[in-house]
Amino acid sequence: MKIMVAIKRVIDYAVKIRVKPDKSGVETSNVKMSMNPFDEIALEEALRIKESGRASEVVAVSVGPSQCVDTLRTGLAMGADRAIHVEFPGTLYPLSIAKIFKALVDAEKPGLLLLGKQAIDDDCNQTGQMVAGLLKWPQGTFASKVVLDEENKVVTVDREVDGGLETLCLDLPAVITTDLRLNQPRYATLPNIMKAKSKVIKKLTPQDLKVEIKSDLEVIQVTEPPKRKAGVILSSVDELIDRLKNEARVGPQWKRPHIIERGARRGYVRSNIIQTIER
Amino acid sequence: MEDTTTNKQISSPTTTVAALRLFFHDYFVDGYDTSILVSSTRFSKSERGYPGFSNRKGSGIGIPDSLPRVQGHGYRIHCRNIASMTSKPVRNQSFAMINCDDISYFKKILGERGVVLEEEKLDDANTDWMRKFKGSSKLMLQPRSTQEVSQILDYCNSRRLAVVPQGGNTGLVGGSVPVFDEVIINVSSMNNTISFDKDSGILVCEAGCILENLISFLDNEGYIMPLDLGAKGSCQIGGNVSTNAGACALFDTRTFLSGISGLEVVLANGTVLDMLGTLRKDNTGYDLKHLFIGSEGSLGIVTKVSILTPPKLSSVNLAFLACEDYTSCQKLLSEAKRKLGEILSAFEFLDINAMDLVLKHLDGLRNPLPSAKHNFYILIETTGSMESHDKEKLESFLLQSMENGLLNDGVLAQDVNQASSFWRIREGIPEALMKAGAVYKYDLSLPPEKMYNLVEEMRERLGTAANVVAYGHLGDGNLHLNISTRQYNDSILSKIEPFVYEWTSEQRGSISAEHGLGLMKANKIHYSKSAETVQLMAAIKKLLDPNGILNPYKVLPTSILSQSGVDEP
Repeated sequence: MKIMVAIKRVIDYAVKIRVKPDKSGVETSNVKMSMNPFDEIALEEALRIKESGRASEVVAVSVGPSQCVDTLRTGLAMGADRAIHVEFPGTLYPLSIAKIFKALVDAEKPGLLLLGKQAIDDDCNQTGQMVAGLLKWPQGTFASKVVLDEENKVVTVDREVDGGLETLCLDLPAVITTDLRLNQPRYATLPNIMKAKSKVIKKLTPQDLKVEIKSDLEVIQVTEPPKRKAGVILSSVDELIDRLKNEARVGPQWKRPHIIERGARRGYVRSNIIQTIER
Repeated sequence: MEDTTTNKQISSPTTTVAALRLFFHDYFVDGYDTSILVSSTRFSKSERGYPGFSNRKGSGIGIPDSLPRVQGHGYRIHCRNIASMTSKPVRNQSFAMINCDDISYFKKILGERGVVLEEEKLDDANTDWMRKFKGSSKLMLQPRSTQEVSQILDYCNSRRLAVVPQGGNTGLVGGSVPVFDEVIINVSSMNNTISFDKDSGILVCEAGCILENLISFLDNEGYIMPLDLGAKGSCQIGGNVSTNAGACALFDTRTFLSGISGLEVVLANGTVLDMLGTLRKDNTGYDLKHLFIGSEGSLGIVTKVSILTPPKLSSVNLAFLACEDYTSCQKLLSEAKRKLGEILSAFEFLDINAMDLVLKHLDGLRNPLPSAKHNFYILIETTGSMESHDKEKLESFLLQSMENGLLNDGVLAQDVNQASSFWRIREGIPEALMKAGAVYKYDLSLPPEKMYNLVEEMRERLGTAANVVAYGHLGDGNLHLNISTRQYNDSILSKIEPFVYEWTSEQRGSISAEHGLGLMKANKIHYSKSAETVQLMAAIKKLLDPNGILNPYKVLPTSILSQSGVDEP
C-alpha cells in the first residue's frame, strides 16, 4: 500500500512573527522557514507504518513556491521514498490545495492520505476535511493514535475532541489528519540526508493536474493584536476602591455622567456595568 | 636497622603508635580532635583501655566520653587531609562589624527598600548556586544608581567594612557570596538599558541587567550579545564582565573581551571611574578597563557596561554528531575550521557519561542518536547570512567527514525547535550534575591533544568511587571536568586535588579557563601564573583597595597579599 503525506512549508514555529508595514501580510523574507510541525508528525506516522511492513512506499507532497523543495528534502531525509512538488508561486487557499490533492490521489492511488491537522501559519484546519469530501473518503481528524489493520482493510483512529477521545474505525482508503500527541518525529540523520540526495522530486504544475487555482477569499488587512496593557500593582485596599471608582468607573458611578433613558435602556446599561465588576 | 628499631620499641613502647600516627591523618569527629588508639596487649598497657576514651565500635578510633552526644548517636567520621583543613580562611579581624549606626546610615542613603535584613533573603544571598559555599552576612544592600554605590563604598571604606559585590549569584567558584559577615552589595536593582545605537550596535546598560533580557532586547533590534552562557536566565552583565565569562556559542574572532568598549567602575573608596567609551578605537593612555574585566569584584564594582554588539546573522545551522574516540574529535575540529571557515560559530563536545547524566536527570530530552552507544558527541554550529549556502557547506563537510571515518553518525537540526533541544542537552549538563548529588567542578584550559588524557587518568584514579564527566568548548581548548558523587567526601577530594592542578600546571594550562578563581581557587594561582606576576597583581590590589575591603579572601592568595602590605589577621 502507498501512503501519501502532505507537507507545507511555513514560517518556523520558534520565530517571532512581524507584520509587514503595509499590513498586507506577515513578513516572510529573510525569515527561517521549516516544515509545518503537524506535517512532521504525519510523515513520522507514515514512516512508522512503512517500517512495520504494512506499507510499501511513502510519498511526500508539497504545493507552493520553488523553495518547497528544501522542505521536501527534509522529508526525504527523514525517510520518505520520493516526493512531488506542485509548483505555484502565488497565494493558495485550502480548497485549491484540496483539489490538487484530489488530482494527485486519483493519479497515484494511495491507500492512506495523511496530513497535519492544520498549518501553523493560517490555522485553517480545513484541507484534510475538504479533500476527504472531494474524494468521498472517510476521514479521521485530530488523530492521537492510528492503528492499521490491513487484513480487514480498516484503520482505527483515536481522535482528540473537546469532550475527550473518540475512537473511529474507517474503511481504507481514508484521510487522516494528525494531532500533536500522535508521535515524536525523528531527526534527519546524516546517512539519510546522504541517501535523500539521490531520491526523486517530481515537478508538476496545477495545469498538469488540470486544476484551476482561484479563490473566493481575499485578505484585506493583517494587523497585530492590540498590545496587552501591563497590570498595575496597588499597595492597599483603599487605593483599589479609589481606582475602581474613579478610573474603571465601577459602582454607583453608573448613574452619571451618561443620560440614562427610562425603561429597557436603563436595564441594559446596568447589566453592562455588572459585567464589568464580574470581569 | 632492625636492631635499632626493636631496641627503640622496647625502651619506649609508644614508638609504634607514634609512627602509625605519622602516617595516619588526624580523625575529626564533629569537629573534635581524636586519635587512633592502639590496643593493649598482655605485655603492655596502651591507651585503648585508657579511662575517658570510649572505643568506637572496635574501630580503634577513640572518642572522648566528654563528647556530648556519645550515647547512641551516629557520627560521621571524616578522614581529612591536613591540607584541606588549613585552606579555610580566617576572618580578618581588622574588618569592622556592622552596628546600628551603619544600618541607619544605609537606610538614609538607600531608603527602606535598599536595605535587606530579613533572614530568608539573606540566606539566598549568602549561598552560592552550587550550594557549596555559605557566608554569614547580616546585611544586604541594593543600590539603584552609581551614586548610591559610590556612597556605600565610601562609607564602608572609612569604616573598614568588608563588602561582596553580587549580581545574579551564579558563579561557580564561590566568588559571589560572603565568606564571613561581609556586607553584600547586590546590583540587581540597577537593571536599565541606558541606550542602544541601531547603526553601530553599541549598547550601554547598567550592571544589573540580566543577560537573557539583553539578548531578547537585542534580538528585536537585529543584534546579538557577544556571549552566551547556560546561566543566562539569571546572570547579570556586571558579573559577566567581572568574571570575563566565556561563551557557550562563540568563537575565535568575536570574544567577549573585545566586545566591551567601556566600563563605569566604582573603586573601593567610592571614586567613580567613568571609562564608558562608545568608540571602537581609542588609544589614549593605558586601557584601564582591562584591569577590571575578570577581576572578580576585587578591584572595583562595575556599575555600567558599554558593549559592541555584532549584528544578528539570519542563518544558523546546528549539527549533533557522534565520534568514536577523542582523536577523531580533534581531527574533526581542525577539518571544521578549514572547511567551514568563517561560518563556524561553535564546536562543543561532551562524552558518554555527560550524555547519560543529562538524559537521566532532565525531563523532556531525548538522545538525537539513540541507535548506538557513542563515546563522544559533538555540537557544531554555523552562523552566516545565506541559509542555502551555509546548509550546503555544512552538509557537504559532514558527509565528507563521515566518508573519511571522522564521525560515526549525526543529525542536522531541521528547525529552530530541534536546534534548541540539541543545545539544551549541552547546556543542561551543569544542571544535571547538580541533581545527581555532589559535584567537584574543574574548568581547565589545556592543549587540545592532551585534554582527554586527564579525564582518562582521573577515571583510573577514582575507579568506581565517582562518575567522571567531561564536556567543554573543544574549539577553545577548554575542558569542564566534573566529578560527580553522592555526597561530598574528603577522601575523593584528596584523590582529585592537587593532582588535577599539578597535571594542568605541567601542561602549562590554566586552572581556571573561564570560571575565575573566587574562593575555591584563591590559593592556587601559582599553578598557572609566575610568582612575579602574582606579586604585581598584589601591588595593584593594594593600590586600588588599600584596606582590602572589596571581596576579601578571594582571587589572590592571602599570603601574598599580606606580604605586600594588605592587612591580614
